[in-house]
Amino acid sequence: MFRKQECVAMLLAGGQGSRLYALTRRIAKPAVPFGGKYRIIDFPLSNCVNSGIETVGVLTQYQPLELNDYIGSGQPWDLDRMDAGVHVLPPYQRNKGADWYKGTANAIYQNIDFIERYDPEYVLVLSGDHIYKMDYSDMLAQHKANEADCTIAVLDVPKEEASRFGILNTNPDGSIYEFDEKPAVPKSTLASMGIYIFTWDKLRKYLIADEEDTTSQNDFGKNLLPAMLNAGERMFAYRFEGYWKDVGTIDSLWEANMDLLNPKVPLDLADTGWKIYSRNPGMPPHYLADTAQVQNSSITEGCTIGGKVEGSVIFAGVTVEEGAEIVHSILMPGTVVRKGAKVQYAILAEDVEVGAGAVVGESPEEIDNLDRWGVAVVASGIKVGQEGFVPAKAMVEKDVADKEVIPYA
Amino acid sequence: MRNYNALGLIFANMHDEAIRDCTAVRSMGSLPFGGRYRLIDFVLSGMVNAGITKVGVITKSNYQSLMDHLGSGKAWDLSRKNEGLYFLPPRSSDDAMYQGRIGSLADVIPFLNHSKEELVILSDCHVVSSMDYQAMLKAHVESGADVTVACQHGVVPTLSDIPVMTLDAEKRVADLLIGRISEEEAYYGVGAYVMRKDWLLRTVTEAVARNQLHFERDVLQRRLGELRIYGYEVPSLMMPIYSVESYFKANLALLENEVREQLFPKSRPVYTKLKDCDPVQYGLHAQVTNSLVGDGAHVDGTVKNCIVFRGANISRHATLENCVIMQNVTVGDNCKLGNVIADKNVVFRNGCRLQGSDSYPVYIAKNSIV
Repeated sequence: MFRKQECVAMLLAGGQGSRLYALTRRIAKPAVPFGGKYRIIDFPLSNCVNSGIETVGVLTQYQPLELNDYIGSGQPWDLDRMDAGVHVLPPYQRNKGADWYKGTANAIYQNIDFIERYDPEYVLVLSGDHIYKMDYSDMLAQHKANEADCTIAVLDVPKEEASRFGILNTNPDGSIYEFDEKPAVPKSTLASMGIYIFTWDKLRKYLIADEEDTTSQNDFGKNLLPAMLNAGERMFAYRFEGYWKDVGTIDSLWEANMDLLNPKVPLDLADTGWKIYSRNPGMPPHYLADTAQVQNSSITEGCTIGGKVEGSVIFAGVTVEEGAEIVHSILMPGTVVRKGAKVQYAILAEDVEVGAGAVVGESPEEIDNLDRWGVAVVASGIKVGQEGFVPAKAMVEKDVADKEVIPYA
Repeated sequence: MRNYNALGLIFANMHDEAIRDCTAVRSMGSLPFGGRYRLIDFVLSGMVNAGITKVGVITKSNYQSLMDHLGSGKAWDLSRKNEGLYFLPPRSSDDAMYQGRIGSLADVIPFLNHSKEELVILSDCHVVSSMDYQAMLKAHVESGADVTVACQHGVVPTLSDIPVMTLDAEKRVADLLIGRISEEEAYYGVGAYVMRKDWLLRTVTEAVARNQLHFERDVLQRRLGELRIYGYEVPSLMMPIYSVESYFKANLALLENEVREQLFPKSRPVYTKLKDCDPVQYGLHAQVTNSLVGDGAHVDGTVKNCIVFRGANISRHATLENCVIMQNVTVGDNCKLGNVIADKNVVFRNGCRLQGSDSYPVYIAKNSIV
């Protein structure tokens, strides 16, 4: 009944993203806004479409409402297809009880039926928390050429950073002989990007075995991949070259946004040959007033800018009034910054209002003790009162009264 | 929920001749406007915002760019199982069938016959507005008119077949002239009409039988005494485009807050084809003031009082003032442009200097290299 698909993508989008704190209070991590007009999930979804993958299952669990609405029919990514296309897959009740997704492998296990109806040769497993552009068809071609059972995309990271990642140790032919999770003394600099291609027959077998193992945490990295390696399956690394960033923390999310303003960073969103698609709010072009001063920044539709904006990423429908100053900050959709307010090194989530004369965030130069410095975050819908003060590294989830000074964290 | 059972018919080519330079390669409806739109977007969005779900677009020539723009109608939420967007090009290449508004309507009689709607809104594309068509339909039904003519009071635009009217106290049309005769302010038509569909079908059939093909002259003017023709004065901003100068001025009018608020009210969004451009990137040397900038533009120069469309590229050391820069235009280093309209894909090589006047902007045709 369903047309056969050579490769089906499964996108793990159920994680809470707890290290993004206030930003994921009401939305799942993949739905977090990124880069002026995107959300994180736009990157893997657009990569799928651009790579010719027509069937994508999106596994949701934590705070799915906004993510479900955002994906909708999949039309913005051209994934509203006859029987392929994008499918949102939440956990569900069966005749023998109901389970939340216990782990990444279990989430796929619970959707074996979804995958089987397309009778695929291969399954691509993706996560919804990375910013990158990648041609999965090239990775699949290598997987086939190696006659591999599993291929894991890897990035060559600087040696000093290798101990922050899951490292793969490989033979000269690219085959993997060891997984090294956050090693103190790394043997290689090939970090796993959390992108896997499996030959479906093999994955199916290991998913079922993993489910039967009651001691397993049902996680790809911790359980399923080591089990495959121990059993001697053919596992290879696929070397990716280009920009890739895990945006799972406040700092990395802020940095990845700032990277977009740096012409030396190889992530080109203007490249029409590999577009990143997103659901568009359909607002008029933005307006820069007579008093605007905008430099080295990214601004999108629906904004009205009367103040100074420098080194910042401004999302749709933002208002920056005259005399306000925005420096090295991220302003998510609908946020308003009133006259004379200053926002620096900060992330303001959706529909935040910063009152006149308020100050949010501090620049590292202004702080004596750099341990106290960090990006300030204001959660969605929060009001910072007139002349209120939000220090560096603060995480504001309650309204700030007029002239209130939030203490250091 | 819809209050009135109406369908829309849009005339995409009407008044093409008023702005020949810009419509050499396109219809009036597909004329770019305001940084990311085409003129038809305002009419089409207005109809959709009024709950109209069936819209026919009548076109007779130069309609490739229009078809490309409208596609399935998805961007206006008009790609539907029931009703939606209908593209109505000429049924034959026989020009005789296609003269005047009546000729165009005669050509779409089967479309009208197949439609279940009671009322029809006819609209041209040359007026930029955020018109509330619900209010016009309401006025039409309440007055019991045969035809309601949307109008504005002011200096009459220099369009050849524009109806210029005298209204009585009840807003019924007491006198109707075709074309501007003086600089005095008067009620003039803005190219939108409401009537019953069965009345329209009967009127068109009769008019064709008498070889009377000019709707304004042969129906409205000739039958003024016997028909109940009412004016509906549109209470919101209307900017008719009838010359290169008026096109230029209407674009730059968007730099006024009040104009943007009237044209883009939150309750009535203006929809357009999506291009999935990246956000605008401003470089380290950008100095941009009082300008409207569409997504996908890359700006590193000095820009003042300009409308910059999607995907335009303005390099470092370029200076632009009072310009309308359309999609994918490239402005090179050390260019200095004032009062210039650059059509799509124009390239200004490094060091170009062009200065038009306020009332007579320099127009650079599509795909030119300067």
